[in-house]
Amino acid sequence: MAYDDVVRAYEPVLGLETHVELGTASKMFCSCSTVFGGEPNTQVCPVCLALPGALPVVNGTAVESAIRLGLALNCSVASWCRFARKNYFYPDMPKNYQISQYDEPLCTDGHLDVTVESADGPREFRIGIERVHMEEDTGKTAHVGGATGRIHGADYSIVDYNRAGIPLLEIVTKPIEGAGELAPEVARAYVRELRDLARALGISDVRMEEGSLRCDVNVSLMPVGGDEWGTRSETKNVNSLRSVDRAVRHEMERQAGVLEAGQRVVQETRHFQEDSGSTVSGRSKEEAQDYRYFPDPDLVPVAPSAEWVEELRATLPELPAAKRVRIQSEWQLSDEELRDLVNADAIDLVAATVDAGAPPAEARKWWLNELSRRATETEVPLSGLPITSAQVARVVALVEEGTLTNKLARQVVDGVLNGEGEPDDVVEARGLKVLSDDSALGAAVDTAIADNPDAAEKIRGGKVAAAGALVGAVMKATGGQADAGRARELILERLGVS
Amino acid sequence: MGTELLRMTAAELGAAIRAGEVTSVAATETYLDRIGEVDGDVRAFLHADREAALEQARAVDSRIAAGEELGPLAGVPIAHKDVFTTTDMPTTAGSRILEGWNPPYDATVTSRLREAGLVILGKTNMDEFAMGSSTENSAYGASHNPWDLSRVPGGSSGGSSAAVAAYEAPLATGTDTGGSIRQPAAVCGLVGAKPTYGGSSRYGVIAFASSLDTPGPFARNVLDAALLHEAFSGHDPRDSTSVDAPVPPVVEAARHGDVEGLRVGVVKELDGEGYQPGVLRRFHETVELLEGLGAKVVEVSCPSFDTALAAYYLIAPSECSSNLARFDAMRYGLRVGDDGTRSAEEVMSMTRAEGFGPEVKRRIMLGTYALSSGYYDAYYGSAQQVRTLIKRDFDAAFGHVDVLVSPTTPTTAFSIGERAADPMAMYLADLCTIPTNLAGNSALSVPCGLAPEDGLPVGLQVMAPVLADDRTYRVGAAVEAALASKRGSALLSESAYAV
Repeated sequence: MAYDDVVRAYEPVLGLETHVELGTASKMFCSCSTVFGGEPNTQVCPVCLALPGALPVVNGTAVESAIRLGLALNCSVASWCRFARKNYFYPDMPKNYQISQYDEPLCTDGHLDVTVESADGPREFRIGIERVHMEEDTGKTAHVGGATGRIHGADYSIVDYNRAGIPLLEIVTKPIEGAGELAPEVARAYVRELRDLARALGISDVRMEEGSLRCDVNVSLMPVGGDEWGTRSETKNVNSLRSVDRAVRHEMERQAGVLEAGQRVVQETRHFQEDSGSTVSGRSKEEAQDYRYFPDPDLVPVAPSAEWVEELRATLPELPAAKRVRIQSEWQLSDEELRDLVNADAIDLVAATVDAGAPPAEARKWWLNELSRRATETEVPLSGLPITSAQVARVVALVEEGTLTNKLARQVVDGVLNGEGEPDDVVEARGLKVLSDDSALGAAVDTAIADNPDAAEKIRGGKVAAAGALVGAVMKATGGQADAGRARELILERLGVS
Repeated sequence: MGTELLRMTAAELGAAIRAGEVTSVAATETYLDRIGEVDGDVRAFLHADREAALEQARAVDSRIAAGEELGPLAGVPIAHKDVFTTTDMPTTAGSRILEGWNPPYDATVTSRLREAGLVILGKTNMDEFAMGSSTENSAYGASHNPWDLSRVPGGSSGGSSAAVAAYEAPLATGTDTGGSIRQPAAVCGLVGAKPTYGGSSRYGVIAFASSLDTPGPFARNVLDAALLHEAFSGHDPRDSTSVDAPVPPVVEAARHGDVEGLRVGVVKELDGEGYQPGVLRRFHETVELLEGLGAKVVEVSCPSFDTALAAYYLIAPSECSSNLARFDAMRYGLRVGDDGTRSAEEVMSMTRAEGFGPEVKRRIMLGTYALSSGYYDAYYGSAQQVRTLIKRDFDAAFGHVDVLVSPTTPTTAFSIGERAADPMAMYLADLCTIPTNLAGNSALSVPCGLAPEDGLPVGLQVMAPVLADDRTYRVGAAVEAALASKRGSALLSESAYAV
């Protein structure tokens, strides 16, 4: 069913459950390292392997991160709450229960405002936050053999417990209604805003591609004008912002198709397929799994004092929404310019480049043009490029002081991205300085005049515009390092027309 | 020399070792020989390692020779319940599912025993995962009561009580979840203490019921029990439920068994019908004895104690159903059916079917049911409410008495096989001890004579408030001294395995 027809007939109701892996040095309940990408099963201990007799101890920094995110999301922070055990068997979960929070979450009842573009200009949505709670991650299972990498058809499976016990925050929205045709964009904008918030708070590196930010998307449809929600599906494995958008859109279209065919939507878990942009059915939740939650008797309640919560509130940095308002005004950006910066995920990078001394316009230009192109080419996020804001600022400065032309500056950036060191090192090593020294330039000018007698004759005859060809020859001879303005002056001087 | 060593109290033996009169190696060899001699009958140990024990003893001897200041129990041998992890010995918790497992880490209690210089002789038998009152639920066969080999030594820490009663060790560790130290101590004629919950660390104790499990000591006398209690107790940052407070002055209390002016409450609900007459007789005689020593005795009612057993059999199985989920054949222990064709779930299921005994399965099923959606409030929820009521009964009682007393068990040691087919009869063995576990306070069992009808030991239970463990030792020491002077000899000298 075409999307336009779907939104004419149905109103989507969304719910987003987002998991943020915290960037604490140690795991949620033990002192094992949380560094990503270690050799399998090297970051484990009796506690996170659930050896008999081992006991969990809560990571205080993780609680602090949870409270700070809760405060940034305008939540109430519980003065007393507990961890609960969520019981189910799965090979990558060492205890066969997950320590989580159930009916006593740490933070509740907040909101996050997001802006999306509509046909009538920007529209703001307030996304209600149901809760923020703490839990631990599972290990990772890989299926070996078979064509798909999925468990069916695999020869055997292997488990890596390095991730088991990494602290997670689960952020659950209240049902999001009234977004209509903008629902996919609203979902995407919410995840983006939450990601930027977590990054601004410094509690996580929130890299969707590494799984440190993961999103489950719940979608249901009700007929326009109706008041009873439909049956929802829960789509997992939504691993990029673009996928959030696509997953919501796909589920809306799929469910509308099911309903139009007179069938009913099945309550189930579905998996998003990155390549096709569609979702496929996972396990059915029709017979709800009974997790037998109960308070974890190994842990004592978490009871943050009001004083501590207020101390943490005072440490909150400038949050992304406020930062956008400030930057738009300070740099005098139009709404479109700001939107481009936000969409490119460049705002923090540009701001840091400005802080390092570059003019805002130059900083924006580098990140939005040249560097965005490189990021797309190498398929990494902009922030994943191996160049820092300080290095970009230095390149800008070198251009401003005349040491580099824009063309040479791009070569310097190449060098930095290539791991050749700081911009000044690259300039030095590659010999990229602009030639404005008359003795060096003079020889190139003389050669150009000698090699192009026709052009020289025209210039002598007063056709100054012909100097362009000679400047081009000088630039070619010097590998682009010549100061083009000075070369032109020297040519005209030698030909007696200056 | 051998018999003389075996007869020494742990305190005496420790003093002799420190004074250089006896070496730890000699003491350890004597006890190892004793194990070799009698354990074929008593079957207290699952694992005893002569060479490992002697190596520890030699290390202590050289520390003493080097002039190191060691604690009062340095060099003294000890039997260690097989529920505590040990890096140098296998740890099974009495279960087939952990057969041959060698832990890569020591329990906090194990580390503290080592730091105090105690020599671990071996690991003692227990009901599987500490679920039982007789050791008959051990996957490795029952232990026997040294007073009468046809009887049970109590449980779940029955290997520990049998070992100490048969002079195979002067001391032993245990864990008490519903009475698993006090009940075996009582039926073997020993002193056994359940510290305040959180007073001793659970780190490295293979969990049965996390909110109830409490490590504690076994000894042949009150002072030895106090010395061991002090050696391994105290705050442990690895156990979140550990109490960050000093260990109560139990040794001091054990040395001064003075009950003059002490207010003693006799719990009305733990007396009367259903109790063996000889048990009640010795209990009431002991209460009179305390009165004679200057204690003020009053009757106290704790009405919620009547529902303690029912609440316990919801809470403990609920917690165990979750605690035992980790035994899934993935990372350690038994693995059944992994022939390359079966799924992980099938292997888990087959392993658990074969690796767990019937009582463990019964409790996992009870607990799974009690926590299920739709039943949680009626079962687990109400049981937690009962727990609160029991705490209130204790609080109210301790508002006007210093300690509460009761028989430790309703009967003396029962016969092996007698209750094995009747879970309810087995559960009743812990009738008097369970309220203390639910409330988390401290208690101790001290011998108070032999029941006239069967000549078997009877225990007096002394219960005190949270972190007032010293009071239980004070009363225990008074009873011990009064009984010894009345009888003219220590109770244990009348056992069949006395030395």
